Amino acid sequence: MSISIVNGRLVDPAHGIDDLLDLHVDGEVVVGVGDAPAEFTADEVIDARGCIVAPGLVDLAANLREPGYEYKATLSSEAAAAARGGITTVLCTPDTNPVIDNAAVVELIHRMARKLGQTRILATGALTRGLNGEQLSEMAALRQAGCVAVSNAHYPLGSTLVERRALEYASTFGLTVFLRPEDRHLRAGGCAHEGAVATRLGLPAIPSAAESVAVARDLALAEHCQAKIHFRALSTMTAARMLGEARAAGINVTADVAAHQLHLTEMDVDGFDPKCHVSPPLRTLSDREALRRAVADGTIAAICSDHQPHEPDAKERPFPETEPGISGLETLLGLTLRLVDEGALDLLTALARVTSGPADILGLPYGRLGIGSPADVVVFDFERRWTLDAARMRSEGHNTPFDGWDFPGTVTHTIFNGRVVYRGVETA
Amino acid sequence: MPSPRSSNLQLNEHGRLRHFLTIEGLSRDLLTQILDTAESFAALPGRPVKKVPLLRGRIITNLFFENSTRTRTTFELAAKLLSADVINFNISTSATSKGETLLDTLRNIEAMHSDMFVVRHAQSGAAHFIAEHAAPRVSVINAGDGRHAHPTQAMLDMFTIRKHKGDFTPLRVAIVGDVLHSRVARSQILALNTLGVSEVRVVGPRTLLPTEARALGVHVFHDLEAGVRDVDVVIMLRLQNERMDGALLPNQHEYFRLYGLTDERLEAAKPDAIVMHPGPINRGIEMDSEVADGPRSVILQQVSYGIAVRMAVMSMAMQSQADISGGEA
Repeated sequence: MSISIVNGRLVDPAHGIDDLLDLHVDGEVVVGVGDAPAEFTADEVIDARGCIVAPGLVDLAANLREPGYEYKATLSSEAAAAARGGITTVLCTPDTNPVIDNAAVVELIHRMARKLGQTRILATGALTRGLNGEQLSEMAALRQAGCVAVSNAHYPLGSTLVERRALEYASTFGLTVFLRPEDRHLRAGGCAHEGAVATRLGLPAIPSAAESVAVARDLALAEHCQAKIHFRALSTMTAARMLGEARAAGINVTADVAAHQLHLTEMDVDGFDPKCHVSPPLRTLSDREALRRAVADGTIAAICSDHQPHEPDAKERPFPETEPGISGLETLLGLTLRLVDEGALDLLTALARVTSGPADILGLPYGRLGIGSPADVVVFDFERRWTLDAARMRSEGHNTPFDGWDFPGTVTHTIFNGRVVYRGVETA
Repeated sequence: MPSPRSSNLQLNEHGRLRHFLTIEGLSRDLLTQILDTAESFAALPGRPVKKVPLLRGRIITNLFFENSTRTRTTFELAAKLLSADVINFNISTSATSKGETLLDTLRNIEAMHSDMFVVRHAQSGAAHFIAEHAAPRVSVINAGDGRHAHPTQAMLDMFTIRKHKGDFTPLRVAIVGDVLHSRVARSQILALNTLGVSEVRVVGPRTLLPTEARALGVHVFHDLEAGVRDVDVVIMLRLQNERMDGALLPNQHEYFRLYGLTDERLEAAKPDAIVMHPGPINRGIEMDSEVADGPRSVILQQVSYGIAVRMAVMSMAMQSQADISGGEA
C-alpha cells in the first residue's frame, strides 16, 4: 500500500519543517518528503489542502485496562480511541491484572495490539514484582520482550533503598525509569489539592510538597545512581523549577505533564465534580502557568494523555470515593492545539511535545517524518473546530470534564504503519 | 443533569430552599428567614400540645452512614413535632462495603416513597452527591458530610447567638480548636460572614488550622488570649480523641494548657461574651467545667434550639416541594 498526501502543510518538529510539502509513504515507511521518489505510484492520494500533516502522536502514558479490567476498557476500544485521536504510539501502564511484570504479559499485549493494527501499543514494564514496591521485577526479561521503560505506575516504592536498587538495576539494561513523584505520607489519603478550594469543601488534601519532596529524593538518587529517570505527570510549579535546575546541572532527567493539567485548576473541582478528580490533583492557576512555561521552554518535553478510562460507577460516588482519572486519548491533540489557540505555544513546539518530544525521551524512532521514518501520520484541519460529545467517544471510558468543549484541529486521517486507520467523517 | 454548583442545587426555580446542603451560596435573607421560622417553632416544646401538623402525611428518612445518636435524635424529634413519620436507617460502612453502592442504597430507600432524606456521611460531598441523584420530589438535608459542612448545626449556633446578641453586624466571634477537621467550623464561618458579623477569628495551632484558612474569610490566631480578646462570642470546637496522639498534637495536657478555655482566659473577652460548643464536650481538654457550667455558657440552649432550627429547615424545604407540585413540573 502506498499513499501520497498532497497539498498539505507539513509540520515535522523533529526536522524543524513547517512548509507546503507533499508526503509519500510506501509500505511501512516514509519514502518521500516533497518530491516522490522516481517511479512512485500511489494507491491512494489524500488531498490535504488546508490541512496540517504531522507525525502521528506519541503518548507516554495511557492505562488501557486490559488484561484484567475489561469492565473499564479493552485494548480494542482504546486502540480505536487512539486512532481517532491521531495517536499512533501509546505506552500502556503496567497496572493491569496480571501486572506487566513478566515477558508473557508483554508478549500478550504486543500480540493483541499487532492484531488490532490500530495503533502501536508498547508495554511499560513494572519496576517491582506485582507493583508491590519491594521486590525488583525481571527487568532484563522485560527489556528482551520489548519494554522500553519501566514504572511502578502510581504505586509507591517501599523505601528509598528499594528505589536506589531499582534505578541501578534498570539502568544496567538501559531502561528508562518512569517515576510518579509523590510522597505517600504527605498524600495521606488526600484527593484534592491543598488549597483554597479543598479548604472550603473540606476535602482531604494533598499538599504541593507531596510532589516536590519526592522530586528532590528522586533527583538525588538519579544523580547518585547515574540512572535515567523520567517524571510522569508533574503538577506543581516547584517541581517544574526543580526539574529545570536539575537538567541545568546535567542530571539525566526528563518529564511529562498530563494534558488536562495545562487547562484545569483546583477551581474545577468546586461543586465536588468527580470528573475533575485526578491524581496528581488539579493545582492552582500559578502551577498551571508554570507548567505551561516549562512545556514552552522544553523543560517538560512531553504532553501525555494520562488516559484512565472508567466505568460509570467509578465516578458515581461521593467525590473522595470516586476513582481518579480522565479518559484522555481523544482529547490529547485537541487540548495541545488549544494551547496554540490560547497563545501559550507555537504550533511547531506544541506538536513537538506530542511527537518527537516523547519519542526522544525513550530514543524511539517514531514521532518524526524523515525518509525511512515509520509511516505514522496525522492529518488535521486546524481551522475546523469540533466539539467533544462524551457520549460518542470511542473509548469505553466516557469520563471526561471536557464534554462540550470546543477544540481546534479536526482529524481527517490517521495513518498508522502505512495504513489509514481513521478517517474523519465528512460533515461538510 | 442538575447543575453541580451547590448554590443552584439547593434552591428551586423560585429561589426557595429545596435542599439544605451547605451555607455556601445562600443569601443573608434566606438565612434570616430560617432563623425567623425557627423562632416561631422555638416555643412549641414548652407547650402542652407540642406538635404542629405542617408535615402530616410526609415521610422523612434519617440516612445515617456515620453513627450519631444525638444529631439523629434531634432530627427525629423535629420531624415528629412537625407530625411527619420518621424512618431511621443506620447504615454502617461495613454494610456498604459488602457491595451495595451508595447509589443502590439510595434507590432502595427512594422506593419507600420518602419525601426527605436527612443524611450524615463520612465523606465530604456525600450530601451533594445524594441531592444530585435523588428523585426530584425528594429534599436532602445535610446532617454532616466529612469535613465539609454541617449547616443545621451552624444555623442553631446562629440562632443561639441572635437570641443573646440580637444584631450580628457588630459582633466579633472566635472559633477555637480543630478547624481543619471540622465541618461545623466551616459552616459556622460561612454563616457568620453571610450574616455580616464584623470579624471571624480562628484560633489554634497550625496543625489544626487549614493552610489556606484565610480563604475562608477569617483572621488567624495561634494564641488563645489574643484570639478571644474583645470578642462577643467564643465557639469551642470538639477535639476528636484520635487527633490527640501522634503528629497533630503532642498530648491533651499541652493542648489544654495552650487552648483550653478557662475563666481566667475568658477575662480577655467582652464581659458579656457567651461561650458555645457543639457538643459533646471533653471537659478538661477544650474547656474547664467552670466555664462549661458557668453563667456565660449557652451550650445547653444550643441543644434545645437545635430542634427548632431543624424544624424550620425541614418545613421550608418541604414547602418548596409544593412549588414543584403546584408549578409546571
